[in-house]
Amino acid sequence: MIANEVVELSRLQFALTALYHFLFVPLTLGLSFLLAIMESVYVMSNKPIYKDMTRFWGKLFGINFAMGVTTGITLEFQFGTNWAYYSHYVGDIFGPLLAVEGMMAFFLESTFVGLFFFGWDKLSKLQHLIVTWLLALGTSLSALWILIANGWMQHPVGAEFNYDTMRMELTSIADVFFNPIAQVKFVHTVAAGYVTGSMFVLGISAYYLLNNRDVAFARRSFRIAAGFGLASVLSVIVLGDESGYTVGDVQRAKLAVIEAEWETEEAPASFTLFGFPNEATMTTDYAVKVPYLMGLIATRSIDTKVDGIKEIHARKLRRIKSGMIAYANEQVLRQDKTNLTAKALFEQHKDDLGHGLLLKKYTDNVVDATPEQIAMAVHDSIPKVAPMFWSFRGMVLSGFMMLFIFTAAFYYNAKRTAHKQRWLLRLAFYGIPLPWIASELGWVVAEYGRQPWTIANILPTHLSVSSVEPGQLYLSLAGFFVFYTVLLVIEVFLMLKYVRLGPSSLHTGRYHFEIEEVNHV
Amino acid sequence: MFDFETLRIIWWAILIFLVCGFAVMDGFDLGIGMLLPFLGKTDAERRVMLNTIGPTWEGNQTWLVTLGGISFGAWSLVYATLFSGAYTGMLALLFGLFLRPVGFDYRSKLPNPRWRSAWDWALFAGGLVPAVVLSLAAGNVIIGLPFQLDNELRSSFSGGFWDLFQPFALLCVVVGLSLLCLHGAVFLHWRTEAALAERARRVIVYSALMFVVSFSVAGIWIAFSLDGYRITSAIDTRIITPLLSKTVVKANGLWMNNYSTYPWLMLSPTFAIIGAGLVVFLSAKRHTGLAFISSSLVVVCVILTAAGSMFPFMIPSSSSPVSSLTVWDASASLYTMKLLFFATVLLMPIVMAYTVWVYRILRGKVTLADIEKNQHVLY
Repeated sequence: MIANEVVELSRLQFALTALYHFLFVPLTLGLSFLLAIMESVYVMSNKPIYKDMTRFWGKLFGINFAMGVTTGITLEFQFGTNWAYYSHYVGDIFGPLLAVEGMMAFFLESTFVGLFFFGWDKLSKLQHLIVTWLLALGTSLSALWILIANGWMQHPVGAEFNYDTMRMELTSIADVFFNPIAQVKFVHTVAAGYVTGSMFVLGISAYYLLNNRDVAFARRSFRIAAGFGLASVLSVIVLGDESGYTVGDVQRAKLAVIEAEWETEEAPASFTLFGFPNEATMTTDYAVKVPYLMGLIATRSIDTKVDGIKEIHARKLRRIKSGMIAYANEQVLRQDKTNLTAKALFEQHKDDLGHGLLLKKYTDNVVDATPEQIAMAVHDSIPKVAPMFWSFRGMVLSGFMMLFIFTAAFYYNAKRTAHKQRWLLRLAFYGIPLPWIASELGWVVAEYGRQPWTIANILPTHLSVSSVEPGQLYLSLAGFFVFYTVLLVIEVFLMLKYVRLGPSSLHTGRYHFEIEEVNHV
Repeated sequence: MFDFETLRIIWWAILIFLVCGFAVMDGFDLGIGMLLPFLGKTDAERRVMLNTIGPTWEGNQTWLVTLGGISFGAWSLVYATLFSGAYTGMLALLFGLFLRPVGFDYRSKLPNPRWRSAWDWALFAGGLVPAVVLSLAAGNVIIGLPFQLDNELRSSFSGGFWDLFQPFALLCVVVGLSLLCLHGAVFLHWRTEAALAERARRVIVYSALMFVVSFSVAGIWIAFSLDGYRITSAIDTRIITPLLSKTVVKANGLWMNNYSTYPWLMLSPTFAIIGAGLVVFLSAKRHTGLAFISSSLVVVCVILTAAGSMFPFMIPSSSSPVSSLTVWDASASLYTMKLLFFATVLLMPIVMAYTVWVYRILRGKVTLADIEKNQHVLY
């Protein structure tokens, strides 16, 4: 049997390193586009201040980008080091997506990022602009492929199990690419990245405006961030991820858990605005409900039901029992391919094979599971309610707060008085952490919400790990802890230093600290 | 269009091609990292060294990342077994790689000499550790990893991190380090000038010598006293051979089998050694660009030497030879291999084309005067 300790430590390590990586990714996504927009304005207007903007925000982009690259390699390594059985079991589908991501996106961004920084004097204006756009394109393409891969984990389509090779094999790349979950995920996540970049530029520009320094520079940056940010935050909210939650079993379970909907309600379901979900009694205490809202958000209709947790449990019980039959016949087929009865039964139950594998956590043979073990597997077949309930609400709240900030920023920008609204500037500055909070919580909702699966309904997390010893995992966790802490301290220190310096760090002689020095002399 | 047999041989070749691409492109970056604290006597000289590769090293490292992705996609069992089997080694590699993006980007952002010196040593480790781990891994793959597959194809391992340090694998580390120092020094000799270039040229002579000696010893070792592997059962190359259904023998000198069947394979070790001599000769004559082409050739020939002797084995298993992963049983499905083949044939030429364009834009020597003039812009 696979040691639970190995599974839990591997999950912890993956979650921590992925969440950490995701501190840098959204900013890279957003800033690269903002840089491309600023530089486009420079090339069209020929005003040097826009070049300074591109270069200064580019410096901050560089500090962040280095960390994104550093922590990104970790994830590619970890599929092999910590999730070897997963890599074998779904490598035929998941691997090619990562391979194409490398060839199509990583090469693009990492080859052109050097020219972005060092090519200013070696390229024509237009050439450099193209380089910057290619860099931005590279970052978003990378998001596209990894989210198609992630979408497949949430809702695996276009693949089939092969008992000869003991793995899933790809049957239709078109199904995988046009997976509806992957498409919403891509738009939602990339737009969230654009929001992060915009909030970052908006908040730091607000800081300069509050201190009344580099005003012309800060006002222009503020304006671009407000416009781009408003468009992006609207996309994130309108094209919210939850619109994909009606497709597939695991997605529906996520929805029920987010909402703490214990019983199936008549359509259209209401939305629990607030309350305390109670796992033991399967009720939500002090619930404040808004009628119709959940049905509208989740199903985009008023006549489709949203399944409740109890109903999902009942369905899971049926599928686990059917999965036991699939597993038993798969074992027979592995020994004797000519057994037609086994083949027929396997074909009939193969969609539930993964549910049978859920029992491996409790008994190696699966087929000898006791009713108690089956009951435990049913209970563990959907994520816990409280973390999902709160993460989702935290994410949505952050989203709406940003919507307010960007709307106000956009409005006062249009009236050309944004730089005088000190309350707004303060709000923008203190709002800088909001997109990070939203992104991290969003990751929790999407990935913790996928449990107990790595590949929804196909491969349980418990079976996905490598055959490593707990000692090796403690060592690697300690290594990540030390490296990531030290690197984060250094990154934040450098970031703050360059934010405080502002455009003066470009040494053009045109900005705050340089002008002040001249005055002092 | 392709049958499964041809396709898998092509995919084996693509994998080797990517290994070569990584070793040639990122090899000199790793070498320069290792040489950084020793060849650069002043801060300005070190900055010259860093800026010869500063704008391009990141794209070069992407060869490794893509190699990971391609092996995941086309040879998932190979990827999974190598990465989990050498768990601690792979994490050491990863932690070594951590130091590079931040090292390059952060080092010159502050003028403080202690800050810069600390990052120089970090970049040194960022060159040394990956070079050591990768050579060590290559050595262990040639020896065979101690893994076995169970009935559900879950692999398990005997032996831990310190078991990677076997005598032959350590010799591979010497080969790897001397080769990458050679390659890095050749690049520096080409792209720098004056005292720094002269120091690089001296490194070329010593590392070429060290490489020729260690590479020859490794060859003799493989021929006479290292266990190789051979499949002894008939293989149907049209389908994925069910793993564990073949029979494999492990015996002294079997890695020379392919060489006796196809004597022309001897061209690659021969060219590796001649190439190293050529590098020294061309550098002495100051044909620095040609010397770089020669040292790239040496790198490629070293990889082909190992690959040629091992085919069709990808990762032999020393503890359970029947679990060995080969071209015939560890591949992705036919459909995936076809698709990925078209993607690769379409995308890699584009990648190589824009990489060449970027190198053209950034051509020419990096000088102390450049550093002085652009000190707030350059690494």
